[in-house]
This record gives sequence, structure tokens and C-alpha cells, in this order.
Amino acid sequence: MGAVGDFIHSIPIDLLIIQTVNGIVTGMILALVASGLTLIFGIMDVVNFAHGELFMLGAYMGVIAFATTGNFWVALVLASLIVGIFGAALQIVTLRPLIGRDPLNTILATFGISLVLQNYALWQFGPVARKISEPISAEFTLFYLQYPWYRIVIAVLSAAIIGALWLFLKFNKFGVWIRATTQDRVMAQAMGIPVPWVYTGVFALGAAMAAASGVLFAPFGGVDSSMGLQWVLEAFIVVVVGGMGNLGGSVVAAIFISLLEAYAAVWLNPSQAVIASFVVLILTLLFRPTGLFAVPK
Amino acid sequence: MTSASLDKTMPLAKKRLSHTTTYWLVFCIVMAALIVAPLVLPEFWAGFLTEVLIWGLLAMSSDLLIGYTGMVSFGHSAFFGLGMYGAAAALLLVKPGNLWLAILFGLGGAAGAAVFVAYFSTRLRDIYFAITTLIFSQIFYVIIFTWTSLTGGENGLIFDQPHFTIPFLVNVPFNSTTMHWFVLAVVAGSYLILRRVTQSPFGMVLQSIRENEARTRAIGYPVERYKIVSVMLSGLFAGLAGVLYAVQKEFAAPDFVYFLTSGEAVIYNLIGGVGTLVGPIVGAGFFQLARQLLSQWLGDQFPYLIPLGIVFIAMIIFLPQGLLGFARRWLNR
Repeated sequence: MGAVGDFIHSIPIDLLIIQTVNGIVTGMILALVASGLTLIFGIMDVVNFAHGELFMLGAYMGVIAFATTGNFWVALVLASLIVGIFGAALQIVTLRPLIGRDPLNTILATFGISLVLQNYALWQFGPVARKISEPISAEFTLFYLQYPWYRIVIAVLSAAIIGALWLFLKFNKFGVWIRATTQDRVMAQAMGIPVPWVYTGVFALGAAMAAASGVLFAPFGGVDSSMGLQWVLEAFIVVVVGGMGNLGGSVVAAIFISLLEAYAAVWLNPSQAVIASFVVLILTLLFRPTGLFAVPK
Repeated sequence: MTSASLDKTMPLAKKRLSHTTTYWLVFCIVMAALIVAPLVLPEFWAGFLTEVLIWGLLAMSSDLLIGYTGMVSFGHSAFFGLGMYGAAAALLLVKPGNLWLAILFGLGGAAGAAVFVAYFSTRLRDIYFAITTLIFSQIFYVIIFTWTSLTGGENGLIFDQPHFTIPFLVNVPFNSTTMHWFVLAVVAGSYLILRRVTQSPFGMVLQSIRENEARTRAIGYPVERYKIVSVMLSGLFAGLAGVLYAVQKEFAAPDFVYFLTSGEAVIYNLIGGVGTLVGPIVGAGFFQLARQLLSQWLGDQFPYLIPLGIVFIAMIIFLPQGLLGFARRWLNR
């Protein structure tokens, strides 16, 4: 009893609250990455291995655009646009020939793309991490910390982008095209929907979302060529736990996993805290292999 | 009359015989070439060839999954790495280092990882299997990378090369030529075992899982059990490759547990041709040779993975059967 009481008293409440905020902020960025991934998977049956590299390219584009324009928000929009167009080109060249083949081919092709992009970035931008300053320097007091407002803005902005995506899919004409293609590709084509271009558009949209999250994340940590893999791994875990192709599920799973990792980081060293998300994945595979929020297809 | 009927039957009988004979003839020629190679080639290229054989073994082990069971594994670096660290443990704990103990420990380590991965990831299919094997290999990477007191962390482990021993008979240190022969013997033996496995009834069930999993289950085969065994078998051979690499290079490093190693194994398979067993070795040779030549021509800093990645993507689109795809039926007969 005494030991349990000691343990409860030893829990640093203030630290836990700080970690809750941190977890939600990273969770929202992760949700933005994962929703692009799950969008591409749900509609095109493509597991986009290169998603982390699009995230990384977005961050680099953000750094470059910020250096030339001097405005963070302009850089955010520019980077998303550039990477979105690049994603469309990538889809036309490499993924369009694979439509109708085994989805395993697409994971291999996108794996090749990720290798090429990652090595290109290393070659072009060098191994030293780039820095970018936060656009909002205001801070508020959270216990003993000066917590930057920028992180809160990121979380809200990510939520807004995901919300906009949902509204787009639900109400916009092109969104309806996308959903029709998901339901029945052949029928959609028969009704005059340009299915190959819908695929290109969806890939571009996913790429732009990855780029946006890359730019938003850039002021946190540095930008380097290997940052993509870590994010795509986390996003894969999120997408498997949340149920492949399920937008709402991946948002919930992203926040859940990020919170868990943030709490684990209170007691463990941060590089070991990743194991917490691995445990969640293993438990999910054991009890709900199709994901916690899977919808029957 | 009789001579006419003989004429008719002779070509048939001859044809049936000729496949096996030509197969073994080609096998012996290739083996002879590989045995002679370290005596003829300059020192550097002989070592290069040994390394290609080891990577070929890793790729061949994952071909059992990719080409025969129809499951793409992105987690073979875990088995390879555990084989490496298992061998390192044996060589560091027992003095003087014993080769066979290293192999035993390495296989034990790989088997442990394989049980874990096989049990969880075979619940999923296709891309889900690929993703979960990738994530599992990263688990092992994180553990090995952060458990510095045991594994040496980022620096890895360094040890002495064991001698080649046959108890009471032989105890000689390896040189680069005998090391090549030893690696060649292990790789060739593994190839023959894997070929036998894929042609056995067990291998036929694996191939029927690849062709149509639902039907295989409907016929009454316990598909999950077959998948688990195939992942474990594949993991054991990958671990063996890890042991060979550790023994040849005298170190174990976390870099090899990193997922890039698994990715390269998949690339070897796709370039060489899946479902052929020898294709992955050819793919490994092609990849490593291209890498070596590119860095010789364009400098060490040249990002060789850019052109090789583009070749890889082009091959998936235009030549999904790989370099040896044309010989696939012949090799599996």
C-alpha cells in the first residue's frame, strides 16, 4: 500500500500535463501525415512508402521558400503546391503503369522512389540538418515552462486541414468523384469519371498534405534527409492501428499513439519510448488484426 | 518395326533425362567457376565475390517468402542482424572462438526473432504483412541500438575471427581464399536445401498459398501454420547469412539490423527474379557490382542508390520477372 502510494505521489502531475499537450501537438502532425497515407491507400490501394520522403521534401522546400520569400505561411503554401505537383508527376510516371497489378508492386515501386528521393536529398542538401525559425514567437506559461503558442497553432492548423479534407470528400464534386472511384472503379469509369486522373489528383493531394506537415514540423526539429523514415514508420503504425483507409480512425490512432509515447517518455529515454507504439501495434494485431476502427469493406 | 518405335521413344526419354543432366551440368560448371574464382581474381574482387555470395544467401532466404509463399518481407534485416549478434555473442563469450558454436548461436538468435515475427505478422496478408515485418525489424533495431551495455550500441561489437575446426582433426585459421570456399559451401548447401524444400510437398503447399490462399485453406491445409514455418525457415537462412557476414568481417553493427538491409534484400530479389532461388544471388551480384563500379567511376560520395533506385523502379514496371525470369520454369522443374 505504501509503495503504491509512494508511486502515485511520485507521478509528476505537471510533467504529465505538459506531455499531454506535447502528445496532442505531435499527434495532430502525425494525423496529418497518416491521413494522406490512408487517403492514398483507401482510394488507390497504394501503400505509399515514399510518404515520409514527401514529408521530408516538403520540409526542405519550406526551408528554401522561407529563405527566398521570408514569410513562413507563404512558404507553407508554396512547398505544399510544389510537392503536390511533384507528386502528380511521380504518380503519372511510376504508379500509373502499375494500375491493375498486385498492390505489392506499388509498395515496391514507392520503396524505390523513397530510396531515390532520400539519397537525392542527402546529395543535394548535405548531411547537416537545416534550421528554420518559428513564425510565431509568442509563448504562454505552462507550469515552469514557457510554452510556445506556435505548437498550439500547428495542432489547430493540422486539424483544420484534416477537417477541410473531410468536407472536400463529402461535399465537393471532385470529392464525390473520389469516393465513387473508391467504391467501384469500373462503374465510376463507365459513368464518365476520369479514373486515372482521379488517382493522380488523390496522390497529389496526399503528397501536398505530407509536405504541409513537413513544413509545420520543420521549426521543431531540424530538417534532414533521414527524417522521412521515422515519420512514415509511425504513420504506418497509425494506419494499421486505425484501420487502413479509415480517415477518422487514423486521426484517433495518431493522437492515441503520440500521447502514449509522450507519457512513456516521462519514464523512458525518448528513443525507447517508440517501443510503446510498437506494443500498441502488437496488441492490435493480436486482438483486432484489421485495425481498431476498421469498417467492413 | 522395333527400330522405328525405338526412334519414337528415344527422343522422349532423352528429353526427360536431359533436363536433369543439363541442370546438374550447369550447376557443376558454375560451382567450379566459383571455386576457382578466388585463385584467379585479384584480392579485392575475390573478397567482393565472397560478400556477394553472403548477400545472395540473404536474398535467397527472402525469396522463399516472396517468390514461393507470395509474402513480401521488409524485415529480413532483423534475422540477419540477430544472426550477426548471435555469432558475436558466441565468439565473445567462449574463448577461443568456435565457428560451429557461432553458427549455432546465430541460428538461435535468428530463430528467436523469427518465432516472434512469424507468430504476429502471419496474421496479416500482402501489404499488411510487408508493413508489419518492417515495423518488427525496427523494434529489433531500436532495442539493439539503445541497449548499449549489451550490444555496444552504435559502435557494435568487434571480435576475432574463429578458426575453421573439425573436432580432433582440423584447426586452421581462415585466409581469404578458404573463407570464400567455406562461404561458397554454406551458400551452395543452403541453395540445395531450399531447392529441395520448394520442390517438396511442403513447398507445393507454399506455392498454392501464393496462387490462391482461400482455395488452399478450403482444401484443408492449415495455411497459418505453413506460413509460420516458411517465415521461420526463411529467417533461419537469413540468420545464417548474418553469421557468415559477421565471421568474414569480424564485427557486428546495428546498421545491418536497420531496415535498409531488408530493403536491399527485396531489391536483389526483384532485380534477379523472384521464385528462382538463384535469381536473388544474381540480383545481389548485379546490384553490388553496379554500386562498386559507380563509386569507382564517380567517387565514393556519389549517391549510387539514385541510379540503382531508378533501375529498380523501371524493372518493376517493365520487367517484373527480373533478370532470370525467363529461366524460372526451367530452374524450378
